[in-house]
Amino acid sequence: MNGLRIGVRFVAWLIGLVTVGAMGAEGARITISKWADPSKSIPVSMSGFSGEVDTVLRYDLGIQGFNFVGSAEAAYQITGSNAGQLEGHVVESATKARVLDRAYSSGTARVQAHALADDIILAITGQKGISQTKIAFKTESGAGNEVVVADYDGYNAVKITQDNALIFAPAWAPGRRTLYYTSYRLGNPDIFSHDVTTGARQVVARYTGLNTGAAISPDGQRLAMVMSKAGSPDVYVADVRGGSPVQLTKTREDESSPCWSPDNQTICFASRKDGRPALYTITASGGAMKRLATAGVGNATEPDWSPDGKSIIFTTQRGGSSFELCLVPAAGGEVKVLTSGEDPSWAANSRTVIFTRRTNGKRVLSLLDVPTKQVKDVKHISGSCSQPCWAR
Amino acid sequence: MPFFLSLVVGLTLALGVAGCKKSPKGPTYIPGAPTKAPGTDPGFGATTPGGGGGIGRPVDPGIGRPISPGDGGATSVPLNPGLDPMALAGIEEFEGMLKDPSALAAYTVYFDFDKASVKASEMGKVEEVAKVLKANSSDKLLIEGNCDERGTEGYNLALGERRALGLRETLANMGIGLDRVRTISYGEARPAVQGNNEEAWSKNRRGQFILLKPKPTK
Repeated sequence: MNGLRIGVRFVAWLIGLVTVGAMGAEGARITISKWADPSKSIPVSMSGFSGEVDTVLRYDLGIQGFNFVGSAEAAYQITGSNAGQLEGHVVESATKARVLDRAYSSGTARVQAHALADDIILAITGQKGISQTKIAFKTESGAGNEVVVADYDGYNAVKITQDNALIFAPAWAPGRRTLYYTSYRLGNPDIFSHDVTTGARQVVARYTGLNTGAAISPDGQRLAMVMSKAGSPDVYVADVRGGSPVQLTKTREDESSPCWSPDNQTICFASRKDGRPALYTITASGGAMKRLATAGVGNATEPDWSPDGKSIIFTTQRGGSSFELCLVPAAGGEVKVLTSGEDPSWAANSRTVIFTRRTNGKRVLSLLDVPTKQVKDVKHISGSCSQPCWAR
Repeated sequence: MPFFLSLVVGLTLALGVAGCKKSPKGPTYIPGAPTKAPGTDPGFGATTPGGGGGIGRPVDPGIGRPISPGDGGATSVPLNPGLDPMALAGIEEFEGMLKDPSALAAYTVYFDFDKASVKASEMGKVEEVAKVLKANSSDKLLIEGNCDERGTEGYNLALGERRALGLRETLANMGIGLDRVRTISYGEARPAVQGNNEEAWSKNRRGQFILLKPKPTK
């Protein structure tokens, strides 16, 4: 008699588990529409985690549109444990639906925690998180700089150069572990491509004058850059090895910081063509420069086009050393001032941005969640760091 | 008979589930959710604490091909001056020359904020530089363009270059061949004076002339 009860209970439990698991997926789909407005931070409660795992989860979720509240006010309850193996569970408060049940047993505690954070974000919002992504930036080193690659939160930072040379404008090749940057290693500002995995480097542009602002098209096929070899810093487009460069702009004044539209058709950049810096676009195959309207906001530089194509984030300078990040629709128009800072780079999710702030005589890196305007500093890296770029 | 069968089925299922959970390889997933193992993606997901491993071994300067014109697709294409009068001569035209930073140090030219135009008050210094170059026809010139710190880095790098090129153009109008003059911008990275005030800033917005002398042939 006892054996029968145990057996039946076991089977019933198993069936229940599978059903709940399936319901979990359904539950996630129902809740996505409720939190469709990204400017509303999603209230969640979290308990059961400790140490580094807890810290990583709070950081990752805190910068990707979540805020932490008590379980009574939470839309989702995140529970789990990292006492033994890492386990995470998410329940939607209103429906009691289990939207996530997962355990992890390979990788370091940080790697697992970042993975869990992304799983939580995907389960609740249906969007891919950026907790497991990489950034690159330059750091002051002696009289020059070195290029650094790190996790997006600043951990596991590694210098990939040992040149003690001036560095500018690091930029990732999309989807690849190759960085482009300008280095004065050879006595001239030259653009290099640098395979981060092997350390192999190649010269991409070494003309007299300036070679900078390397930006690879999202399809990985072409390279936009600024070169002054024709007498003034202009935007050029070449193949990704720097071959067959074509001059796109032919102004007397200087252009800078080109970036690509996600459909690879258009390049946005800054120019002093009309006296003060402003944003322009040009067709990547050549044509006329078109002024990008940034209503009421002048001195616009360093644009970056969001991967979803909808917006351009840029830096405006309001006198002195006061810089602000601004958002404008990709077609131009009304500008939203976001926060103090400069030199922004989008993450692949089109909502998180990494940028530079000047503070206490040095430069630091910070993260901005554009819809909620939440800002967090990138921790765990020391020294003066700037010109970050997000791998996407 | 049936209850015994249920027991066997139940126990078998229980053992099966327990067996899954005890799998030593890879993450364990509770059924119902799609899975991806953390740390197994050899791409950007894998991180190695302490900086070893696949990401970013420090670059050995010996790695990578030695730089020369034509390497990696970056040829210094000699440009027909008739077609492109402002074009810069290739780097190889200036290599191997000796730098003399003090010869023309007195003639550093200063610029107004956010401007690359050479002021009338600064023209006298440019004329002196032109005189030196005319007197030494085998000498060449490197012009270093600089900015104050008020501007973003990418913008200042381009502005510094525009200043150096403006001086080069002014020298050309004074009769100095364009192919004798090379430019380098340092943006805001090489201030002459530290400080966060106009006194410092005004001294940093500058173009510096570095005389290039041919290496003496022995």
